[in-house]
Amino acid sequence: MPIEEKDVAKVAQLAHLELADEELKVFGPQMAEIIAYIEQLNQLDTANVSPALGGLTPEGEQTDSSRNDEMQPSLGQKTALAEAPDPAEGHFRVPKVL
Amino acid sequence: MSLKTVEHSINAAEKLNETLNAFLEIDRAGALERAAAVENSNGALAGLPIALKDNICVAGRQTSCGSHILGDYHPPYNATVVERLNQSGAVIIGKTNCDEFAMGSSNENSAFGPVRNPWDTSRVPGGSSGGSAAAVAAGIVPVALGSDTGGSVRQPASLCGVVGLKPTYGRNSRYGLVAFASSLDQIGILGRRVEDVARVLTVIAGRDPHDATTADVPVPDYTASLTGDLKDARLGFPRALFGEGLDREVADAVKAVVDVYRDLGAEIVDVDLPHAKYAIAVYYIIATAEASSNLARFDGVRYGFRAADAPELRQMYRKTRAEGFGAEVKRRIMLGTYVLSAGYYDAYYLKAQKVRTLIRNDFLSSFERCDAIITPTAPSTAFALGEKVDDPLAMYLNDIYTVTANLAGVPGISVPCGLSAERLPMGFQLLGPYWSEPALFKLAHAYAQVRPFTERPPVFAPGA
Repeated sequence: MPIEEKDVAKVAQLAHLELADEELKVFGPQMAEIIAYIEQLNQLDTANVSPALGGLTPEGEQTDSSRNDEMQPSLGQKTALAEAPDPAEGHFRVPKVL
Repeated sequence: MSLKTVEHSINAAEKLNETLNAFLEIDRAGALERAAAVENSNGALAGLPIALKDNICVAGRQTSCGSHILGDYHPPYNATVVERLNQSGAVIIGKTNCDEFAMGSSNENSAFGPVRNPWDTSRVPGGSSGGSAAAVAAGIVPVALGSDTGGSVRQPASLCGVVGLKPTYGRNSRYGLVAFASSLDQIGILGRRVEDVARVLTVIAGRDPHDATTADVPVPDYTASLTGDLKDARLGFPRALFGEGLDREVADAVKAVVDVYRDLGAEIVDVDLPHAKYAIAVYYIIATAEASSNLARFDGVRYGFRAADAPELRQMYRKTRAEGFGAEVKRRIMLGTYVLSAGYYDAYYLKAQKVRTLIRNDFLSSFERCDAIITPTAPSTAFALGEKVDDPLAMYLNDIYTVTANLAGVPGISVPCGLSAERLPMGFQLLGPYWSEPALFKLAHAYAQVRPFTERPPVFAPGA
């Protein structure tokens, strides 16, 4: 599946990245090279192989991570907003949506 | 005592940082205050100066991940490993430079300039935990924490001539480690001595309710495994991995290590990892897919950088991310978005997860016949700054020996095994079954006892 510049532009849109024309030109061939390398996996017959579901070890799979639904201390509004680029009246303010 | 040690570390960090750029923040006041406070502590790591990669959250201190998008971020909470270090009396002296969001093998992807290798400042320290590796190699701190998603602790450890451990997946809590690829990430430890790495793991490891992927497996005293007794040890030798693409000098050095183990009483058995050659391809599908999802949170709303002059929401997202992320991070987000996009999921992501199963099975069957497998850590010694920056695929191949452990979830340790003719460090890697850190420490320690790596780099802390 060859990657064209319009594919790269579409992916950038999906990824919420505004790429400059020069970046599109550089990324296109680089991604194509990496994808071509990745496609060596097609040499392998994996019809009867189950996909890995993540990184857990068998012991990790068996670990019970549930807990009682109890109230716990949390950051609180002031701390949660302390690093926001544009906090306003206890909220995260963003530019207009529409 | 601890005050003096900590002061020495801070002085060295400040003095050598102009040359190495290993630290993004040195917390002189905080560290000295803390050193005084733990002067009479009997904690397991009381007074031990330690440096942390700048993707591990320390409350109120900067955590930039080597990125402009988090350039001035100060998290409101501590990572679990930081809580445990604090409880044990360790003293965090600063945050180390790294490839942006831990994506890289040379540290050249940091938004704050590359780290330089203390052995030759025209060369890279490896990555992505290059600042941590350089800080340890230069004698600034005896130990440092890094993170290892595809080799980011072990490869820089090898290139800088220090010990580097990536534990079993689920051994250390990832709570407070800024996520890159969640099914591969583990916090790792770099140190000049195996003993120190074992001491630190004993403190930071274990189940954490804040990280559901930590496993309920008891944490032993890892220093107890440093017995030097290799009777009945079986070491797997994957001959096929010592061929094409591997620097001749490194190959010879690691084969010489095998001879040392044989002399120490270990039995050497041939093993085969037939799917290891596919590991880089699998890795760059899974790691980028997970990264594209994890890094979606950097959108200029809740914390970090927001681009100016973007009066509409979606435009603000796009500009913020375009201006905040560097080229490699963008490239990986793009790749990850591509492999997950409609119509390609089965061909790439699902295929990669299937081959991941095959890689894992290779290890499981090999470990029926040996306690650990020995490989080189990196295919070459440290390369020159700028040498590979324009060729992402060549850069990715640096991780050829290390990514398998992350894909399989098994632990790995890199140990120095001498200098090349150019006086650059070389390292070997031991990979073991799940939860085999005691065996890896035992093997690494036994080697270091008979072949101690005592050489010092030209850039080294005075008096250390």
